[in-house]
Amino acid sequence: MAFRKIFTQHVDEADCHTLKFYKKQDGYKYAKQALARTVAADDLIDQVKAANLRGRGGAGFPTGVKWGFVPKDSDKPKYLVVNADESEPGTFKDRVIMEKNPHLLLEGILICCKAVGIETAYIYIRGEFVFATNRLQEAIDEAYEAGILGDDCLGSGLKIDVTVHRGAGAYICGEETGMLTSLEGDRGQPKLKPPFPAIEGVFGCPTVVNNVETLANLPYILEIGADAYREIGPEKSPGPKLFCVSGHVEKPGTFELPMGVPLRTLIDEHAGGIWKGRKLKAVIPGGSSAHVLTADECDVAMDIESLAEAGTMLGSAGVIVIDDSTCMVDALVNVMRFYHHESCGQCTPCREGTGWLEKIVHRIYHGEGRIEDLDLIQEVCDRMVGKTICALADAAAFPAESFVTKFRSDFEFAIQNGGSPAWKKRHSSTVGGTASHVG
Amino acid sequence: MADTVSFSDETMKKYEWLLTRYPTRRAALLPTLRLAEAQFGALGIPEMRYVADLMEIPPAAVFGVVTFYTHYRRAGVGKFHMQVCSTLSCALRGSEDVVSRISERLGIEPGETTECGVFSLAKVECLGSCDTAPMLQCNDDYHEDLTLEDVDHLIEQLRAEAAGEGN
Repeated sequence: MAFRKIFTQHVDEADCHTLKFYKKQDGYKYAKQALARTVAADDLIDQVKAANLRGRGGAGFPTGVKWGFVPKDSDKPKYLVVNADESEPGTFKDRVIMEKNPHLLLEGILICCKAVGIETAYIYIRGEFVFATNRLQEAIDEAYEAGILGDDCLGSGLKIDVTVHRGAGAYICGEETGMLTSLEGDRGQPKLKPPFPAIEGVFGCPTVVNNVETLANLPYILEIGADAYREIGPEKSPGPKLFCVSGHVEKPGTFELPMGVPLRTLIDEHAGGIWKGRKLKAVIPGGSSAHVLTADECDVAMDIESLAEAGTMLGSAGVIVIDDSTCMVDALVNVMRFYHHESCGQCTPCREGTGWLEKIVHRIYHGEGRIEDLDLIQEVCDRMVGKTICALADAAAFPAESFVTKFRSDFEFAIQNGGSPAWKKRHSSTVGGTASHVG
Repeated sequence: MADTVSFSDETMKKYEWLLTRYPTRRAALLPTLRLAEAQFGALGIPEMRYVADLMEIPPAAVFGVVTFYTHYRRAGVGKFHMQVCSTLSCALRGSEDVVSRISERLGIEPGETTECGVFSLAKVECLGSCDTAPMLQCNDDYHEDLTLEDVDHLIEQLRAEAAGEGN
């Protein structure tokens, strides 16, 4: 079967975000079928399990299995919280769906709500996305008016309400328990699991947390069936996928391709290759928290298993490309500043560790590094990974240890030569200026 | 001025709608703080105290939330708040040059506001628009794929807009 785009096929057409346009493409057909009384909720869960749809937010957990954890006999209300926080640096894929194809997301939400028996869904969207928030709200208003949402969704007798909830600028709210705490009106600090959200999530009730892109797959699974869906890309992590490519390429952008596309094809054919005729130096394949790959390691397929075998991760599929003119010390000092800034401060290894990593990498950057610092970075990382409530500490440690291990000569050069070349250049042109980060 | 801090009828209506969307009042705190900021311009102690009283939440908890999230502003900013994304993908494509150019043109450093109160400049973390780097957010709007000429043009345009309103 030829590959067909399902998220982005109409993004260049006028009014593609409207209900009228969506309806013309058979929009809401599969939600209407799923919501019918004759369709059992468990059958929907089984279909999603059979399709082997895996979460597109970063962890890659099987969606149908996650739904199956929600207790059926609970007398508490159940909630769906859509993760639209898209906070991992290098990631900008859900934005395309929300701005250009918001009804696809709403159709996915309806199917999920029917499968799990949910009446209330929240879309937790990062606060900066004002345009996407407005687009979603317009789509929701249209859907309420057309009887797609509300007390009698699509004539099924089912009640489903959807509310857009804006975050307020905190990376940590992309972590599912941090997001739920934030939705409850508190500081977005993660919680220990168990209990998992499926048992005790937002407002103390069973909660499904799914990423935007994950939910947007659902109508297509119902359309073509689980068997055909599993044939797209590798069987262990199948389906169409949005890949984000940014950094030093000629044509950065979001590309919809089958899962498992070769990384080099993605960079060279779809993103136009390395910019300015330069050479590839490094790629961060799954958002800035993934282990970095050297140019020699880039013959890898972009799917969950292949990247795990390569010692990194698909994560959010945020591919950041770095050319050979870049000093990796400059890149790492930027990444370390980010994680230090975004640590929620709850766990000591993360709060202190991210601060230490930033300080150590920064002193290497501005010429005060010592050769022992390279071992010290590894030591700090060892005391962070797996020792905190959520994965932010790991997210900071993975780039730190992999940058230093794989590009050690860049770090040694900066230590032995009074700082990174970029810092020295900037410093020499700024009278009395302080060191600034990667430029 | 503390005694004049209260929601207008219009804001109160929006607040009451918010309460209908959540099972607890507390869950409406984040969006209510947005309403407060929109009406009051910034969230100082009197404004936070007002929201705390209105929602029957301890003032310390409101303070905790306001200071946890980067969007809430405890002090006012200029009419145009220029926030330059400085995280990796933008940095790889020259965000630092964008910051320097704005700094140079406006005579302010990141974190400062021009004396006329028209412009503020800030360096912020990832805005989720890495494919259009370098980019900045001015108030609610994204300005993407910036060249230094685009930056000059944007500043001129905003200056003209501010002057046109007779400020």
